[in-house]
Amino acid sequence: MNELLIRNAYVIDPVNGVNGEIRDITVKDGKIVESVGSRAVVVDAKGHLTLPGGIDSHTHICGTKVNFGRYMSPEDMRAGRGRAQPHMHAVSGYSVPTVYANNYRYSAMGYTTILEGAMAPMEARHTHEEFRHMTLHDTMANTLFDGNWSVMEAIAEGDLKKAAAVVAWTLSAVKGFGLKLTNPGGSEMWGFGKNVSCIHQKVDHFGVTPAEIIEYMIRANELLKLPHSVHLHCNNLGKPGNYKCTLETMNRTPDLNDKRQSLYLTHVQFHSYGGSKWSDLCSKSDDIAWMVNRKPQVAIDMGQVMFGKTTTMTADGPMEFNLYRMYHNKWSNHDVELETASGIIPVFYSRKNLVNSIMWAIGLELALQVKSPWQCMLTTDSPNGAPFVKYPEITALLMSRKYRDEELSRTHPDTEKRTLLHSLDRELDWYDIAVMTRSAQAKALGVTGLGKGHLGVGADADIAIYPVKVGDIDPTVEYEKVIKALSQTEYTIKKGLIVCRNGNCLVEGRNTVYWVDPQVPDEYRLENDPEFIKKFERYYSVKLSNYPVRESYMHENYRIETHPDFD
Amino acid sequence: MSTVTLTAKGTHELYLEAYNVTPDAFAGKTADEIAGLECHEGNRKGKLGEYFDIDGNGGETAADTQIIVKGNCKKIKRIGQQMTAGEIIVESDCDMYTAGWMKGGKVTVKGNVDSFCGIGMAGGEFIVEGNAQNYLGSAYRGDWRGMTGGLIHVKGNAGNDVATFMRGGKIIIDGDAFLHVCTHGEGGTVVIKGNVESRVGGQMVKGDIYVYGQIKYMMPGFKYVDDVEAEAVEGEKLTFAHYIGDLGERHSKRKGEIIYGNIYLKK
Repeated sequence: MNELLIRNAYVIDPVNGVNGEIRDITVKDGKIVESVGSRAVVVDAKGHLTLPGGIDSHTHICGTKVNFGRYMSPEDMRAGRGRAQPHMHAVSGYSVPTVYANNYRYSAMGYTTILEGAMAPMEARHTHEEFRHMTLHDTMANTLFDGNWSVMEAIAEGDLKKAAAVVAWTLSAVKGFGLKLTNPGGSEMWGFGKNVSCIHQKVDHFGVTPAEIIEYMIRANELLKLPHSVHLHCNNLGKPGNYKCTLETMNRTPDLNDKRQSLYLTHVQFHSYGGSKWSDLCSKSDDIAWMVNRKPQVAIDMGQVMFGKTTTMTADGPMEFNLYRMYHNKWSNHDVELETASGIIPVFYSRKNLVNSIMWAIGLELALQVKSPWQCMLTTDSPNGAPFVKYPEITALLMSRKYRDEELSRTHPDTEKRTLLHSLDRELDWYDIAVMTRSAQAKALGVTGLGKGHLGVGADADIAIYPVKVGDIDPTVEYEKVIKALSQTEYTIKKGLIVCRNGNCLVEGRNTVYWVDPQVPDEYRLENDPEFIKKFERYYSVKLSNYPVRESYMHENYRIETHPDFD
Repeated sequence: MSTVTLTAKGTHELYLEAYNVTPDAFAGKTADEIAGLECHEGNRKGKLGEYFDIDGNGGETAADTQIIVKGNCKKIKRIGQQMTAGEIIVESDCDMYTAGWMKGGKVTVKGNVDSFCGIGMAGGEFIVEGNAQNYLGSAYRGDWRGMTGGLIHVKGNAGNDVATFMRGGKIIIDGDAFLHVCTHGEGGTVVIKGNVESRVGGQMVKGDIYVYGQIKYMMPGFKYVDDVEAEAVEGEKLTFAHYIGDLGERHSKRKGEIIYGNIYLKK
């Protein structure tokens, strides 16, 4: 295969402790190597900012839910149209764009690895079908276990190994990567029109609490030695006063893994609200950040809200119903049999609206108050807070106090009274940003060892070169240049192949789906458990034999085999 | 006011997307320049000159430009789309999206129009002497921000889905309409002088619908309250049975009073 020599790159590679060194990067067969021959293709980086390929650790781009967002929003398809080009399909859509639009736009921003935040196990095939066409990205899918009957039954019996066995079987059956809990317990209650109030209310019929589900799943996750930790969307999303629930969830998290966090809390912005109703909503980001700072076992992502039109979509059915009652607009809702739920609603975040302004401020506050960027990742929970194309703007807001103040002055006049953004002086630097957009993600997902998120020898040659010289601009003042530079790379390199140049994608690309396959002892294999088979055949609408996504169904994929210790 | 006369040659085999036939695009241009404006036949890009004989120059501004379109326009879409001022007179039938997203000025069609005409209109006047098909003065499919201003007057009948998500402005239909009038209405006025089949005002929270003929099947979410005298069209004072609804929806309050959508049915 081709050899590649990137000359004169200004490299920031936090995993290997490199902060701004001019060096050459050599690539052979899609991997970074010590040296290459004289016939290597040469790319001149001209001293421009060069980072490992971006990783999005929580986004919604592939799957049934996203697709439903597409077909309930024909008006969204009018936005963001692009014509076909030699190696690019025609695209359309803004907040719920077509698969190719996601593919190209992420690549143009220098991203190379994407994690779909919520895949309902029963509907995994759709996610994998869309993954196949994310040709410029390696992909992985978090699999939902929040309302899984078998899991809750095992927890009610107090049988951790059985709960782990259910997770193991499901993950390898649906080719999932991580264990996701969305409003644990709440999505099952939603099947009966109810929700759970916080983590100590018992789920009807099963008699387990969300707190128990979370704790058992954290322990099962570590028992199965999964690369990623439990990925949690806390209970009570978007309710004023929910920060107490979030704090308690964090406080209960055991520290079970020395390589990464034991619990990943996603879109924490939506879980950091004080007050008791919408009219007295306020920011509690300081409490949340304080807790994150003293708990190395948790990591969070921002879930930043940006002003404008977008579409919210989550497996948290009851929350979406509450949103519907506020907006009275079109709404979709779905119950996934024995597993989970979902809902979708288009929204418009307005600067003139106080609640929206507070939400906007909270996301930034979290990122600025969490001391270690390794514990706070930059996301919008795309497209819930904003479509991912807003990442460069968020980066600029975090790097420039001036830009924040200007934007803050354009929000609702009462925002300052309810938030503390105006009091935060911290301005992140390029190194922090590199951590928050790739290295911390790689560490949190446990894929650093698979060659993701760094540029050391042996790593995958996923590289993004941005058209900016770090020494030449002052990001605290010239934030517009930061936005421009990060919106479009000069080169995006995926596995040693230049896939995107100045926003034009050049090849079809090759992509890999990562999934885990925990090897549990025979007596814990669910396919050998007559009781599980009987229940499955009785309650599911599909046959057990039709349920797993066969490997032959998959495109290129990488199986991560783990060997849990069940004794 | 300067007049530009377009005569359709009928040379297009597919539907012609004449989105540049607006006073805004023609203003300040000579006949030759107008002939060079872009249009689409199917997915092929073409020039207006290929499809129309063009006579006369545009005025200095859109407001002093009048366009008269002659010949058979039955397969021509998007005439007057997004125009802000000036006047267009079409002497035959027109296809879809005529006067779509119009902001000002006046469009007169002497024949019939197809679906999606006057969609998302914000201002101006749109007059159809014949019939209109579906989605007259409606929101774009999937959108929840429909017509906000202006006047649509159809002298014949209209099809289904008139004024979906209407927020303002006025639609007058001299003939009949069929299903779905002012669904999700949030303001504005619809006057139908003929009969309507059913589903009038479904999920409507604000706005007025006047029907001079009969509504064959009334929505169950509407309740009769009283008889009122009202002037739906200037100079026509009539007595109507007044219904409020849609009672299945949430309604906002103003000064302590709940605001409803209104249907006025002529007595």
